[in-house]
Amino acid sequence: MSNPNIYIPYLMKIEKITLEAPGVKTFRLKFENDEDAEAFSFKAGQFGEYSIMGVGESTFCIASSPTRKGYIECTFRQAGKVTSALALAEEGDVVGFRGPYGNTFPMDEWKGKNLLFIAGGIALPPMRCVIWNALDTRENYQDITIVYGAKSVDDLVYKDELAEWRTRPDVRLVTTVDPGGETSDWQGEVGFVPMILEKTAPKAENTIAIVCGPPIMIKFTFPVLEKLGFTEENIYTTLENRMKCGFGKCGRCNVGEVYVCKDGPVFSYEQLKMLPAEY
Amino acid sequence: MQTENYLIRKPSLEKLFNNLISGGKTVIAPKAKGNLALFDKVQAFGEITEDYIVTTNSAKSVVFPRTEKLFSYHKSKEKTEITDASSSAFPDVILWGTRPCDAAAFVPLTDTFNGDYKDIIFNNRIEKVILLSFSCSRSDDSCFCTSVNSGPGNTSGSDVLFTKLSGCEYLAEVMTPKGQLLVSENIDLFETKTSEDKEKSLAVVATRFNQEEIQAKLQNLFENPVWDDKSRACLGCGSCAYVCPVCSCFDIQDEAHGNKGTRLRCWDSCGFSMFTLHTSGHNPRETQGARWRQRILHKFLYVPNKSKIAGCVGCGRCSRSCPADINILETLTSI
Repeated sequence: MSNPNIYIPYLMKIEKITLEAPGVKTFRLKFENDEDAEAFSFKAGQFGEYSIMGVGESTFCIASSPTRKGYIECTFRQAGKVTSALALAEEGDVVGFRGPYGNTFPMDEWKGKNLLFIAGGIALPPMRCVIWNALDTRENYQDITIVYGAKSVDDLVYKDELAEWRTRPDVRLVTTVDPGGETSDWQGEVGFVPMILEKTAPKAENTIAIVCGPPIMIKFTFPVLEKLGFTEENIYTTLENRMKCGFGKCGRCNVGEVYVCKDGPVFSYEQLKMLPAEY
Repeated sequence: MQTENYLIRKPSLEKLFNNLISGGKTVIAPKAKGNLALFDKVQAFGEITEDYIVTTNSAKSVVFPRTEKLFSYHKSKEKTEITDASSSAFPDVILWGTRPCDAAAFVPLTDTFNGDYKDIIFNNRIEKVILLSFSCSRSDDSCFCTSVNSGPGNTSGSDVLFTKLSGCEYLAEVMTPKGQLLVSENIDLFETKTSEDKEKSLAVVATRFNQEEIQAKLQNLFENPVWDDKSRACLGCGSCAYVCPVCSCFDIQDEAHGNKGTRLRCWDSCGFSMFTLHTSGHNPRETQGARWRQRILHKFLYVPNKSKIAGCVGCGRCSRSCPADINILETLTSI
């Protein structure tokens, strides 16, 4: 960031708002200042602080891929004070953005490997950045499989993109909804993500599994992956903890000695196993 | 730089104070308020109290105010304008009467705000602060500076450290270029001092624990009944963090007045139940025990592991101010 005061946000215009699911919106944000747009770059897995002046800041990942230049996207569920204010914003309104912060998914190290994405509910956005990054540089990776589940059909986010991935010959998409969440015309699976994963997962050999979802889903997914033969260093996730600053100073997102904001948010299962249960 | 020692007499100390005031400096010093001694702005030498072991509040607010404006904004239909607060003119401050523990706290504070990036507001403030500290001739049961690599006559963090030698004589140890400049501007008030008889004027502070041993023990103490045991009485009020000269965890909040407002950095505390609360309702530190553990581990394990400095200066303020009588020494000496 060009300003030496790290707390000054970029001013971003909301170019497009997409309603993804009940209470869930995607904003496409463009830099108000062309020089900021020019100087800005980020990598898959990073996050930022999004704000409405007078209300405050909230932390989410950058949900768009670094391969798509000129804008960033974020997807959020209306839940607290700031997200409720963001949800009221309209196209053309200006919001604040600070970032990018945190480490990144090792996209380069994964070259030549199969990628298995496993996401639950509102946790697809951090994964979407990585998915599009991989799809936009498709030649670098082997088979790409996405296993995505939500409570109900209505709660699945990025419905247009799911439709696109479903028809692409170079992606295998498995969607599922929790029992009772299906509609009469639902074509996908019915069942919780870990169970569906066990049924549909590709072979573990030469495959990286990237998992993101609510704590309960993560808890039951890791053992399934281990049973399928995935080793700890080939399983990745991105953690969330309450944050304020985003760069290791405000003192609340640490898990033991590790700061989710600057040492994470991306961790391998191998790293995660070393951390105390403080997330 | 090499330490320079001088002698200054009480009447000259008063003249020094008056010179600083007439030179336009803001002087923050211990001032009596009821039964308390509090760091506050003073205008006259007579306002300064000498009757304190340590003040109730710490001196950190001079560089890390309770509420710091980060920027202000003005929204209109056409555009949003932001005014950076880091370019404000910060005052030239003399911190007068800081104890060696108060001054030592500026070391970890400076480390925190200069680690991975330089916090411009903190640095703009601290650049204009001069610490004129006074050694301790008294201590109490809460003091444990000698257990955390400090002591009643420790010079760390001070620009000049004064030690009262007799009724009206003070040893002045000049520690930094800032201190040197201040002394040279007032050199007629100082006398050359050669003999060193500082130690006998200092308070005796017993060593209560070995910091390296504590650090080593804490490495494997995450899951331990001591955290719940020692924090059962904790009200989660955050007093310990507010009076702590090292605690620097903060919140960021907006304050709006119509279409104008400010974004603020405010003191926070790991003792507050909402400190780590997620919007979903999930809280990674759900119990007061988990919060007390974070407080101890942060100061005595995480900070020393990362920066090779202590995250506590042993001033004992947290123990003195705790409404539930929780004493940090009790936890540290029981592990």
